[in-house]
Amino acid sequence: MNDMTPEREERVAGLKGLGCSRKRVEDARFTQGKGNYVDDLKLPGMLHGDFVRSPYAHARVKSINTEAAMALDGVVAVLTAADLAPLGLHWMPTLAGDKQMVLADGKVLFQGQEVAYVIARDRYVAADAVELVEVEYEELPVLTDPFEALKSDVVLREDLDPAAPGAHGPRKHHNHIFTWEAGDKTATEQVFAEADVVAEEMIYYHRTHPCPLETCGCVASMDKVNGKLTLWGTFQAPHAIRTVVSLISGIEEHNIRVISPDIGGGFGNKVGAYAGYVCSVVASIVTGQPVKWVEDRMENLMTTAFARDYWMQGKIAATKEGKITGLWCHTTADHGGFDACADPTKFPAGFMNICTGSYDIPTAYLAVDGVYTNKAPGGVAYRCSFRVTEAAYFIERMIEVLAIELKMDAAELRRINFIRKDQFPYQSALGWEYDSGDYHTAWDKALTAVGYDALRKEQAERVEAFKRGETRKLLGIGLTHFTEIVGAGPVKNCDILGLGMFDSCEIRIHPTGSAIARLGTISQGQGHATTFAQILASEIGIPADSITIEEGDTDTAPYGLGTYGSRSTPVAGAASAMAGRKIRAKAQMIAAYLLEVHDDDVEFDVDRFVVKGAPERFKTMKEIAFAAYNQAIPGIEPGLEAVSYYDPPNMTYPFGAYICVMEIDVDTGEHQIRQFYALDDCGTRINPMIIEGQVHGGLTEALAIAMGQEIAYDDMGNCKTGTLMDFFLPTAWETPHYTTDHTVTPSPHHPIGAKGVGESPNVGGVPAFSNAVHDAFRAFGLRQSHMPHDHWRIWKIADDLGLHG
Amino acid sequence: MIPAAFDYYRPKDMGGVIALLQEHGDDARVMAGGHSLIPMMKLRMAEIAHLIDLQDVAGLDGITVEGGRITLGAMVTQHQIIDSAALLAAAPILREAALQIADPQVRYMGTVGGNVANGDPGNDMPGLMQCLDATFTLVGPDGSREVAARSFYHAAYMTDRDDSEVLTSVSFAAPRGGYAYEKQKRKIGDYATAAAAVQIEKNGDVCASASIAMTNLSDTPVWSKAASAALVGTTVDDAAIAAAVAAMQADIEPVEDNRGPAAFKRHAAATVLTRAIRRAWDRA
Repeated sequence: MNDMTPEREERVAGLKGLGCSRKRVEDARFTQGKGNYVDDLKLPGMLHGDFVRSPYAHARVKSINTEAAMALDGVVAVLTAADLAPLGLHWMPTLAGDKQMVLADGKVLFQGQEVAYVIARDRYVAADAVELVEVEYEELPVLTDPFEALKSDVVLREDLDPAAPGAHGPRKHHNHIFTWEAGDKTATEQVFAEADVVAEEMIYYHRTHPCPLETCGCVASMDKVNGKLTLWGTFQAPHAIRTVVSLISGIEEHNIRVISPDIGGGFGNKVGAYAGYVCSVVASIVTGQPVKWVEDRMENLMTTAFARDYWMQGKIAATKEGKITGLWCHTTADHGGFDACADPTKFPAGFMNICTGSYDIPTAYLAVDGVYTNKAPGGVAYRCSFRVTEAAYFIERMIEVLAIELKMDAAELRRINFIRKDQFPYQSALGWEYDSGDYHTAWDKALTAVGYDALRKEQAERVEAFKRGETRKLLGIGLTHFTEIVGAGPVKNCDILGLGMFDSCEIRIHPTGSAIARLGTISQGQGHATTFAQILASEIGIPADSITIEEGDTDTAPYGLGTYGSRSTPVAGAASAMAGRKIRAKAQMIAAYLLEVHDDDVEFDVDRFVVKGAPERFKTMKEIAFAAYNQAIPGIEPGLEAVSYYDPPNMTYPFGAYICVMEIDVDTGEHQIRQFYALDDCGTRINPMIIEGQVHGGLTEALAIAMGQEIAYDDMGNCKTGTLMDFFLPTAWETPHYTTDHTVTPSPHHPIGAKGVGESPNVGGVPAFSNAVHDAFRAFGLRQSHMPHDHWRIWKIADDLGLHG
Repeated sequence: MIPAAFDYYRPKDMGGVIALLQEHGDDARVMAGGHSLIPMMKLRMAEIAHLIDLQDVAGLDGITVEGGRITLGAMVTQHQIIDSAALLAAAPILREAALQIADPQVRYMGTVGGNVANGDPGNDMPGLMQCLDATFTLVGPDGSREVAARSFYHAAYMTDRDDSEVLTSVSFAAPRGGYAYEKQKRKIGDYATAAAAVQIEKNGDVCASASIAMTNLSDTPVWSKAASAALVGTTVDDAAIAAAVAAMQADIEPVEDNRGPAAFKRHAAATVLTRAIRRAWDRA
């Protein structure tokens, strides 16, 4: 029955289902400039909002004079905290259980903080009016270092009672936010006390920014006649935004419609709620007219959610032979002026406790202290699943440090510590159950592909040539084997603001056999309209080309928690498959009726139900769909639709082996990527072409982060990297060639075995690039040097090691 | 990124430009390609009440190579420099340098005149023009005058140009011998961390003349007379290069910024100059 005859193969191919490199259906409009982004929206009478922002990182706001601004022709209103206070909207809740000023309430805590909101008839007038708002500040001492902040008498958050616990337990200091722990502290201390070898190092993952090409923005439109608020915006989680807007505004949820149109990249930057959204909603309610707010590039880089800024003090214990016995990590997390991280509620440090990585480490302990400083709030998962990037960077650096300590080859050290295939499902020391993996196979494939032994030989020769003065270039071989944890997540332990992190799919088959499916997620470039149709095509036997995918309109789409943390395929993808199976179950009954046999006597075959043992007797899904609507079938309701809300039983654990070969000029600090090999195992592969695109994009972002991208502040808390001149965004010129490869280890609990891939290349890429830099200098004694590895910092490594003569 | 309001003018001739400059003085600025000025206006770091676009002014374009002298109209774009066969034959260092400025889109708009007149120490053309000992022609209410590139720059954004003058062309003798423009930058589109322009003439095995200028290592471009002199009469061996580099170091004053600390910039300057001298010497 299931023999792949040419005829059957043709039917499978016609579906363009799982495994097909189907071209992205979104690209026709994007490549022709026909996308529809928030800033493309123009409504009659639409007003424009713009912010007065603080030039200081920490200051008291003594007075705000809006007279001159109000006098400017075209200015409709200027909102300050005093105007929002009667509505209780001068502060808003953050996703992390903290609260954040919408407009400066007496003081400012970071440079660029929103102080007043100007509403004008014209975008240019709004910008002019911003200049005319006079704000008197009294500068306060600035804290930009989290370690200093924890010792300082300077109180950043005067609104908080220092004695009262925060959202995540007791606070140890007025600038302390939370302490979060995982693992067994006592047992870990014991392991370290008895260990043959202990390597210790501070690993810093610097502050960076997701920097999507499209900045954040919204259009709020309050219809005073029907009482309905429509909010278009760059939201990665439109349904959650609707709920949050309802909770903070008091408008009933059915009277709020949130629409995410096309989004030009998100990478975590567009998950949270920003002052611009609140002010625009208030402005529309007050004026009765639509109000648009779109931030510019500097505002995006300086004020909306940053990523990382984790100081990870690590210790790793091992036997003399290199078997790891314990891992210890204490992280000091710089959250900025407000705790606006976007993590599941019970995980204030995200999934940092995946920091045992791909290794069988029997004992481990992790503690994370969150700290307030005078920097912008955020701490979002920039193309990562809630601090997995930090965790992966930490363990992949610690492995390298341990290899140095043991004088071992880092590839071999990894190999002898990998979780073995037969250990899955694997219970980690820090509390996760890894679903599946085959790390040794992936690792050996990667090492073979790059010719690892030959590379090491070449590297050794290069070092000798360097010492003889024959070259000024060193060779670095950056190794990484990462394990991701994505697909948040099981409602039993994953929620955001109490909203369970399930996701959903609703599918409606049309009488002529085409379909529309709506999901609770929202694509920001991931290609959902292409891939979700492929999942459904394979499940229900209707060609992907005949399935429309719709997301992002809360009035039409089923509730879901949105797209970030590589959760769309693991969660909404699973919901799609499950909804598809419900369709198929009903289709089976209809087919049996039409074929005049018992339900159990028909079986699904690609795009039809056939009578078992009589394949010439069948009904295609197209015929079944028509019958569902047009034929009275006893005991079966007309129509063919289904909805599934999928609560995943576990997270998924994609993994990969990345190897970067890098040439480094010790004099200029410049680098050249000679080779980058990326093997990804994301379980079942839905669309190989999209996977490859995701890997290329994620690796390029990883390159940026590792080699230059940074949100840097001076001692006064001035952001030094607020434009793309200084914030490194690679172009095609800086982007190396990537070689992609894969193994397939399906997730045992996901309906189609898929694990998610969008973020893997960022998670694995950063340590691969960084390890290559470190590895180039290993022969000269380098243990650890913090990212980003831009020219001067690499030069500094060489200089400190005495390589400049 | 929204500029303050400004009046926009598009005069047809230089007389019209000068008249506007005289009328508005400090509040007016001329614009060639606009790729330095417009971003500054959008960032509101420059508020220009009267913006005078030179696009329609006749006589500011064209590349001429005549009698061993090269003249570039102020409105010649970087792209036109890259594209000119005559210029490639007469002064190939221009193409080599222009290819390292910004990116193709910017080079279609960015002009020689704007690049040299703005006085931004990050621009590449000022140092290059000092290396070539170019002369800038300035036209003002009292007619035109010529200023040597080597004495045009006083400080960052402060030049010898008077508010009522327009830089209309750049000219220089066709260089002889070997050349190199070496630039270290963080990425495409970036200003130099350090850049060196070098022209060297060879007589037998000996350096007959040399000219060395550095970019973005002080608040003006730096033509290093001493570094140039250090090569003349030598075989441009390692010792001569080291002497030139040492002399150059005495003339630059790099400051720390996002590209790195001054010590790094000095090291980068030494590296790019060494490489530029070697390459120019090989080509001489």
